[in-house]
Amino acid sequence: MTRILVFANQQGDSLSSGAKEALAFGRRLASSTGGEVRSVTLGPFAEAGAREAIASGASIAYTISNPLLAEYDVELFVNSIHTVFEQSGADILILSFDKIGKDLVGRLATRAGASAITEVVDYTANSDKVSWIRPIYGDKAFGEYSTTRQKVVVGIRQKSQDVNVPVETSKGEIIEVDYAPSEEMIVTKLVVKIQAALSDISLEDARIIISGGRGLGGPEGFTELQVLANLLGGTVGASRAACDAGWVPSNLQVGQTGAVVAPDLYIAVGISGASQHLAGITNAKTVVAINTDPEAPIFKRANIGVVADYKSVIQALTEKLKKVLV
Amino acid sequence: MHIVVCLKQVLDPEITPKYFKIDPDTNRPENSDTDLVLDSFAENALELAIQLRDKVPGATVTALCLGDEESEEVLRRALAFTANAAVRVWDEEWENLDGQAVGHILAQTITSLGGAQLVLTGYQASDIEEGLVGPVMAEELGIPCVTLVSELEVEENSAKATVEVEGGYAVVSVPTPAVFTIISSETNVPRLPKVKDIRLARSKPINLLESEDLNLDRECCQPGVKLERAYLLNREVACEVLPGDDGAELASELADRLLALKIL
Ligand SMILES: Cc1cc2nc3c(=O)[nH]c(=O)nc-3n(C[C@H](O)[C@H](O)[C@H](O)COP(=O)(O)OP(=O)(O)OC[C@H]3O[C@@H](n4cnc5c(N)ncnc54)[C@H](O)[C@@H]3O)c2cc1C
Repeated sequence: MTRILVFANQQGDSLSSGAKEALAFGRRLASSTGGEVRSVTLGPFAEAGAREAIASGASIAYTISNPLLAEYDVELFVNSIHTVFEQSGADILILSFDKIGKDLVGRLATRAGASAITEVVDYTANSDKVSWIRPIYGDKAFGEYSTTRQKVVVGIRQKSQDVNVPVETSKGEIIEVDYAPSEEMIVTKLVVKIQAALSDISLEDARIIISGGRGLGGPEGFTELQVLANLLGGTVGASRAACDAGWVPSNLQVGQTGAVVAPDLYIAVGISGASQHLAGITNAKTVVAINTDPEAPIFKRANIGVVADYKSVIQALTEKLKKVLV
Repeated sequence: MHIVVCLKQVLDPEITPKYFKIDPDTNRPENSDTDLVLDSFAENALELAIQLRDKVPGATVTALCLGDEESEEVLRRALAFTANAAVRVWDEEWENLDGQAVGHILAQTITSLGGAQLVLTGYQASDIEEGLVGPVMAEELGIPCVTLVSELEVEENSAKATVEVEGGYAVVSVPTPAVFTIISSETNVPRLPKVKDIRLARSKPINLLESEDLNLDRECCQPGVKLERAYLLNREVACEVLPGDDGAELASELADRLLALKIL
């Protein structure tokens, strides 16, 4: 029987979206391996998190309710999670490979003498043997990995899992772990935290996204996209090439190393469709591509293709839709 | 101040998907030796390392690469960026290393080089994209690690790093020595090396280290994960390309389609 421990990170007093995905993954894995899921939550709201984790399928929820753990600190979190990993006797530790997870997985695995596997999206299980599935080569391929050590720390790719609907009546035990992190352990000091200037609608939540790429030729093209986006109640995204060129801020980047989005409509304007970009729109419902090059790979992902210079299309499209929609 | 920047040679990530094939016998990309480049985030790290060196009198940059002879290309590139020294570490026995094993070997190499105040590396390499090397090195060296760093400022015994965090970014301060994993930003766009520097780079020495030169733990040099099978992703959909070449007509047709689909 496999024993699975999930680090359920919190945002305020509720579980983060990554934590919910990690729990859902753990639950699924446990049901195929005949194992059990436990969770660990940290900080002043650890108990509320533990109850949420139990509703999501954890049978035992470890907590370290220390106020020092209110804000993320890499050393405190590594020490605390490592302690619980040891105490729980789990073989598999699952974390979201979100921004915090990117800090934690390598360190926790090294400290525990465990294997580490990141960006996991799925698994296959044969009796007790689990193989981990993750994209490789900029999302051009999938790799199936086995692990060589007894324990493994698994980082789940963000937005890759359907989350469970919590069942409030689920029963589980909450165990407060006797471990006190100390002030002296903190080495990374936060100087300032800056909220990204987000547009009214965040990319992740947008129903309609109009993204521009290098084919726009400069920042001016984005103004046109913004006009169309405003009209449709959507928001503007970009390819990495457009962000790297400084035409738009980097928080508009869609893709493997940018935002992962799932809109009803995604219009890719002057974007070639590199695999790393497509990695961000796997779950987009309808994709429209506007591109001068009929051979551009974006047309292999798009549902509707327009082979033309965007300049001749976007303005006309905006004009026409204005008449119909306004 | 000694800055070590860890570089990896990878298959060109911009290779057209059409030409990307996996060899079923090796589970590796076919013709992977034809299009090898310096990993893109590692190149951002290199650029940042050189910028920092130029700001601090007496500072030096050592470019470090774990790889076979072919990977000296990336060290030549680093020398053309005016890195002060280049070190390659390799052993014929090393096969299919994973990020953890690489992290162990690089950490031991840095120790044998006398340590570094700053260790920079790309946050994840664009081939296997594990994102493990930086944090593993830090854990091995027993020093802090800051991941997803876009900007870096060094002080006497500490460094200030701008990092990506959920919902925005933050500036954090860490005591040095420390490891930093670098992402791309407007301030670390790789330079175009001068022709003179490219020429000079060809004749500069590359110091080779092998496993017996290092204090390695055999167990830690064994990969923790093994690639059993690799296969292509096929997410192709049937695209309906709207006929015609008049932009305005196409726009009108597109609008009709979207309205008919009730998306708008
Ligand atoms: C480690 C790594 C991570 C990456 N992560 C991401 C990521 O998260 N997101 C991302 O987007 N990329 C990412 N990339 C980069 C990616 O590989 C591509 O380089 C990038 O997506 C290309 O952007 P683009 O399509 O805008 O530019 P290009 O590939 O240059 O394409 C421009 C397109 O515009 C078309 N065009 C030109 N003029 C016009 C016109 N007037 N009208 C209409 N069309 C026109 C051209 O035909 C072409 O298809 C990553 C790369 C690496 C190495």
